[in-house]
Parts: sequence; C-alpha cells; structure tokens
Amino acid sequence: MLFEGLDLQLCAGEMLQIAGPNGSGKTSLLRLLCGLMQPTSGEILLQGVALTRQRDELARRMLWIGHAAGIKGLLTAEENLAWLCALHRPASVEDIRAALAAVGLRGFEDVPCHTLSAGQQRRVALARLHLDPPPLWILDEPFTALDKQGVAELERHLADHCEAGGLVVLTTHHSLAHLPAGYRELDLGQRRT
Amino acid sequence: MSNVFTLLLVREARLLFRRPAELANPLVFFAVVIALFPLAVGPESQQLRNLSPGLLWVAALLAVLLSLDGLFRSDFEDGSLEQWVVSPHPLSLLVLAKVVAHWLFSGLALVLLSPLLALMLGLPAHCVPVLLVSLLLGTPVLSLLGAVGAALTVGLKRGGLLLALLILPLYIPVLILGTGALQASLQGLPAAGQLLWMASLTALAVTLAPFAIAAGLKISIGE
Repeated sequence: MLFEGLDLQLCAGEMLQIAGPNGSGKTSLLRLLCGLMQPTSGEILLQGVALTRQRDELARRMLWIGHAAGIKGLLTAEENLAWLCALHRPASVEDIRAALAAVGLRGFEDVPCHTLSAGQQRRVALARLHLDPPPLWILDEPFTALDKQGVAELERHLADHCEAGGLVVLTTHHSLAHLPAGYRELDLGQRRT
Repeated sequence: MSNVFTLLLVREARLLFRRPAELANPLVFFAVVIALFPLAVGPESQQLRNLSPGLLWVAALLAVLLSLDGLFRSDFEDGSLEQWVVSPHPLSLLVLAKVVAHWLFSGLALVLLSPLLALMLGLPAHCVPVLLVSLLLGTPVLSLLGAVGAALTVGLKRGGLLLALLILPLYIPVLILGTGALQASLQGLPAAGQLLWMASLTALAVTLAPFAIAAGLKISIGE
C-alpha cells in the first residue's frame, strides 16, 4: 500500500504541489488522477462523477506530461509537437513555432530531438503548455533538467495559468518562488508518519 | 478521428524510414532462412519443391514475429503510449494505425519478396499467385495477433522469448491454411477454399485484435 486515507478536493484556479521523499507515491498519485492506473480501493471523482465513467471528459480537459514526455528522438521538435497536439487539438505550424520560441528553442524547430540536450528536450515537451492547452495540467517533475531561467519562466507560466482559472497538479522537490493565490502543498511523506 | 489515423501512419512511416535497419532486418532474415534450406536439405529439386510451401510459410511467420518484438517498446519507454491512452481518441484505433503502418512497411515487403524466394525453392510459377494472395491475407493476421503479444510483454525487459511462446500457438490456424492453399495449388487443385477461410481470419483479426491490443497496453501501462 503506497498511501491510504487520502482525501483531497481541487478547484479551478488552484495549484497543488505534491511533495514527499522518493518512493512515497507522488508519481503513482498523478497516474491515478490521469486514469493511467486504477486505485486498489477508493475512487476519484471528476465534477462529482466517477472518473472511470467519464474518461472522454477527462481526456478533453487534461494535459499530462509524465517523466517520459512522449518526445521521439528521431522526430524533430516541430514534428513531435504537431503529433502530440493532433492527439488533442491540432495546432498550426505558426503556433508550434511560436510555442517553441516561447520556451527558448527558436532555431531548433527542424533538429531531431535526440541531438538536443536533456533540458532542451524537456523544453520541447513543455512547449505544449503554450499551445492552447486544456485547463487541467498534470505534470510529473516538470522542472527536471531545466536551467535557472527555464525554471523561473515555467513557474511564472504555471502561476499565470492558475490565476487565469486553470488547475495545475505537479510533483517537484524544488520549492517554488512564484506562488499563485490558490497554492497548496500535499506532503505524502508527512502523512505516513 | 480518421485524421488522427492518417497522421499516425505518417508519423510511423517517418520513424521507420529514419531507422531503415529495422525495416531490413526481417527481410534479410526471411531471405537467409530460405537460402539455408537448399544447403541443409540438398539441392534435389523435387524434394525442395514439395517442402517449399511449409518452408516459405514458417520462414515468413518467424520473420514477422522477429519484427514484432520491439513494436511498442520505444513508444512505451519514451512515454508516447501514455499520451495515446490519455488522449480523447480510442486507443484501439491508434494501435490499429500503428499495426497497419508496421505491416505496410515490413509485412508487405515480405509478401513482395516471397515470389523470388519461392522460385529459388523451385515452386512452379503457376503457384505464385496463390502464394502472394495467401501471404497478403495471412501476414496481417500474423502482425495483429503478434501485436497482442507485444502489447502484453512490452513492460518486460526480455519479452522476446515469452512473446514467441505466447503467440506461436495462435499462429497455427494461419500456418495450416496458408500451407494448405499452397499444397493444393502445387497439386493442381483449387485453393479458393483455404484462401476464403484465410480471408475470414483476416476480417476477424482486423475487427477484434485492436481491442485486445489496446487492453493489453492498458494493463502494461497500469503496472
């Protein structure tokens, strides 16, 4: 059993940071929220209705970027984003280029992703947050491999999204500098003791 | 929805053509296995001709199986499959596109290569159309059934052998019908019966296998 007795409600405009030591179940909790895993017991509700009964509704409202973000090394940044957007809402080439510029990858549109550094690959994945994303963002360790400036930009972008009525759930060990009004923290490590 | 299907086909085609060795491996395997038999059995043409239906089909079947081991592995490891599962599109449609792309660039190439190898084994030219039709109908079934096994074993580090153990028994009906059709045409008998049965297997696999593949992937991802 990873965790039990967890009761949590999230509303629009909030940001939830899930903290806790390695192996405390942060990623598992996110995967439960995305519907990638099913809870052993208990249930997850979306607007009062069980998640398992409205997978389509969740899929339309949610953007999930896991630790492995679905970026193919053999495809270019632009091809990767075009496909990932097409899975949800197709984006135009201009939008994709603008999003790549927003994450500091102007000039890297046509470079195969395996030649990019880990931080740059993470930026490619995070460019999806600039491409007309759905309101609920579930992000697993989004700050991994980013440089200081990238971290600050992402923090600001996440806070802006919450202020604009979005909802962000993320795991990170990093303490956030830009906190939106609806910020909350859940420490899975403390709950166990 | 059909738009996503074509986009995925294009994506898979790009990925395959940027790593052409993976495309060539099953074809080279197929050709080498067939080329080994005259060396092992002896070049006596009557014997080779009688054996050729079985040899061609077993070699094709193993070549397809070989190519399927890594079908979902890279998508599993880099998180692409998770993105497919959380997308609003049905996973069964996406995996069907993936298998179709895989078949177009490896199964179809195998079918096109087969007449050359068949003539090498001394199969009479009048049997070649039956060989082509039987492989054209049979290899999609092999790909789809194999993809079910690949989906179930994708989370395992060394799933290759387990995949073969799981899937080879399921290939038996295809093998019997494929070799049966070729044997019949070798003896100058009509092969339409076996080919029609094979066509029904193809229809069955195309309609049902995507659901099994999607379920297998969801199990592998949920662990």
